[in-house]
Amino acid sequence: MCLAVPAKVLEIENAIGKVEISGVSREVSMMLLPEAKPGDFVLVHAGFAMQIVDEKDAEENNALLAEMNGAPRTVDTIEESAAHD
Amino acid sequence: MTKKEERELAQRLVKEIKAMADKTGRKLRFMEVCGTHTVAIFRAGIRQLLPDNVELVSGPGCPVCVTPDDYMDKAIAYAQHPDVIITTFGDMLKVPGTKSSLGEAKTNGADIRIVYSPMDSIPVAKDNPDKKVVFLAVGFETTAPTAAATVLAAEQQGIKNLFMLSAHKLVPPVMEVLLNDEQVHVDGFILPGHVSVVTGTGIYEPIVEKYHVPGVVTGFEPLQILRALYRLVKQVANGEAKVENEYEDVVRPEGNPVSQRITDTVYEPADTGWRGMGIVPLSGLRMRETYKAYDIEQVMPLAAVELPAPKKTACRCGEVLRGIVTPKECPLFGKACVPTHAIGPCMVSVEGVCAAWYKYGQGRFEYGK
Ligand code: SF4
Repeated sequence: MCLAVPAKVLEIENAIGKVEISGVSREVSMMLLPEAKPGDFVLVHAGFAMQIVDEKDAEENNALLAEMNGAPRTVDTIEESAAHD
Repeated sequence: MTKKEERELAQRLVKEIKAMADKTGRKLRFMEVCGTHTVAIFRAGIRQLLPDNVELVSGPGCPVCVTPDDYMDKAIAYAQHPDVIITTFGDMLKVPGTKSSLGEAKTNGADIRIVYSPMDSIPVAKDNPDKKVVFLAVGFETTAPTAAATVLAAEQQGIKNLFMLSAHKLVPPVMEVLLNDEQVHVDGFILPGHVSVVTGTGIYEPIVEKYHVPGVVTGFEPLQILRALYRLVKQVANGEAKVENEYEDVVRPEGNPVSQRITDTVYEPADTGWRGMGIVPLSGLRMRETYKAYDIEQVMPLAAVELPAPKKTACRCGEVLRGIVTPKECPLFGKACVPTHAIGPCMVSVEGVCAAWYKYGQGRFEYGK
């Protein structure tokens, strides 16, 4: 439940940010992160931007989140991936 | 980094962890106290990668799992009130209370709405001025500021029919309970990533010092987790105990001060009950006197409603949460209790230890050696 998802801030108006999460745009509250600006990558938790982050943290967490939302496993374990080559 | 490079780095880290652990001459046991770490560890297969003398154990890191039956019973009692609309995160629906669940209450006609953010409760309150809208405010330090900010937003907008049923939980006090529990043994903690985004790294320092047990904050990628383990083993081998941060890109030492201030405006520390651990002093949050108009338990106390007596069950979720038993030691695991028909909260929540064992284990690996 504590998982936060990375998102790109597109615009901010009245402490409401329009952000893009995995290609989908949605509104989040910027109340807890007033310093964020359009163009920043932020961690979003329960509809609130929580922290400014690097872009690179984004991908892995999105895959993890998808699995936590019920998607089947999308990666091999470290051991399994060794067995493939 | 390519997949291959990542894997080679992982294997190198495991070698170093083993070499370092061998130096201690004993078996080391580390606990992750974040449900998302639990899932990330199982997903990457980190448990079966580690040497025999380094063991991982999952702690009470799943907010839904640690929420005790009586909170669910209260939530269900409110849900059944004709004047109440409940707003909640979806994973609360299947959590069993003593007799039934919110999901069953919903099937029986209770007005329960799943929201993605506590803030989504505001339009519900506006659209239903003659109802009391109650948000089920559960979660750790990461989630508390989102509930607090919602209360402040409601205040600003003059909304009078939005309330919280609060069961927030704090991580450091429960770590202390585990360290004082004779049945639990841990040599160090993998500290939560996203809780620390809010709190910063300082909150763990008093405990790490007092109990001389190391802690490392880390992220959710396999390499980050392995690096955190390496740092933990190294601290133990060197006789050190400090808080380290392996997630520096995301977790600042001071955390998110705005979130801390907003939480502190609305809430104050209070004793609260945990599944399997009973009441833990000052391990939760309650609404301050100034915000009691937003506290459903103040505005509409449940005294008149009889709460069901605690039920007897074979579910060992309470012990699983403390790392005392593994899910496999529960007679119901994988039989009567599976994700599609969960008996206990540790199987209900995707972050639950039983659910992670089931999804990523299913007999393929011998976890927990
Ligand atoms: S497997 Fe099910 S019944 Fe057993 S401890 Fe886990 S949640 Fe409880």
